[in-house]
Amino acid sequence: MKPLILSTVIALFATPLLACETFTLGDLTIEHAWSKATIGAARPGVFYVEITNSGDTDDALVSIATPAAGMPMLHESVVTDGVASMPHAMSIPVAAGQSVALAPGGYHGMLMGLTMALKEGDSFPMTLSFQNAGEIVVNVEVLSLRAEGPDCDDAN
Amino acid sequence: MRLTRLQKILWAAAGCAALAYGLLVLQSNRAPEALPQAAFRPTFTLPDPEGRMRMPSEFAGKHLLVFFGFTNCPDVCPTTLAEVAQVMDDLGDDAGKVQPLFISIDPERDRRLGLAEFTAAFHPSIIGLAGDEAQTRAAADSFHIYYAREDDAVAPDGYTMSHSPALYLIGPTGDWLRQFTYGTPATDILTDLQSRL
Repeated sequence: MKPLILSTVIALFATPLLACETFTLGDLTIEHAWSKATIGAARPGVFYVEITNSGDTDDALVSIATPAAGMPMLHESVVTDGVASMPHAMSIPVAAGQSVALAPGGYHGMLMGLTMALKEGDSFPMTLSFQNAGEIVVNVEVLSLRAEGPDCDDAN
Repeated sequence: MRLTRLQKILWAAAGCAALAYGLLVLQSNRAPEALPQAAFRPTFTLPDPEGRMRMPSEFAGKHLLVFFGFTNCPDVCPTTLAEVAQVMDDLGDDAGKVQPLFISIDPERDRRLGLAEFTAAFHPSIIGLAGDEAQTRAAADSFHIYYAREDDAVAPDGYTMSHSPALYLIGPTGDWLRQFTYGTPATDILTDLQSRL
């Protein structure tokens, strides 16, 4: 009985903090990996994350891959002369000493061909591939459809 | 010269009257400027998910919050609809005076994917409208907004949409009041609406 209670307590505390997990890959720090719940699996999902490069060398996020979606791609929402469009981003630069955010209204991962609907509270792995630093797998927390981002103590 | 108490009161009354008359004259002079210029009244005639034709006249007396978008849009459209949902929640008892509308600029696909479940997922008050190509173009032209289909081999179904992402506010008599540019925080939209309700 006791282990069950303990694991429940851990789950309760661990779940909301998942998007606040920090991952390190060389000079790169990756945090606030989150997604939004989807309505069914027919429409694309979205992926947001923040990457900080504390090194002296420029790097770039060149691709993303996840078992949650058949075709994840990097995009950028751009509003030019009052028109929003969503060109592909061949890569997202993470300059030396800089941070880049994949966030609502800017760079984002578009998760096409979802293998299943994303539900609030779920999580899924995402492999980020960088030009120089290589690859890392991060956990992505699915927040509500109306979320603006994870509520972490260190979030800006 | 010494004024009696009565004289003082009379002078004060005369002063007040003169001031009031002056204000009246000023106001009546100003009135013609306050008359609205030819009002801009954008319109639409579009079916809701149940097939009923909806047009601005049936919403007379309410403020309309109008967004043009498409449901296959992962970033811009959900962000704006989430803000609209927040505004509707925060309006509380005044929510009944505001009607949010989502007009599909990708109507055929949106009907197929399910427009009602999409808008309901954000807020039950949002009405989704999806017409045919001519009805959609007529509504967009009336609002002076832009949308276009862009072929994109790797996008779902081989295309995506570009569009004006602002939120438009229509007044209770159908007049265009203002737009909220993309990214306007829900709290700013709420404050603006509350000052009008």
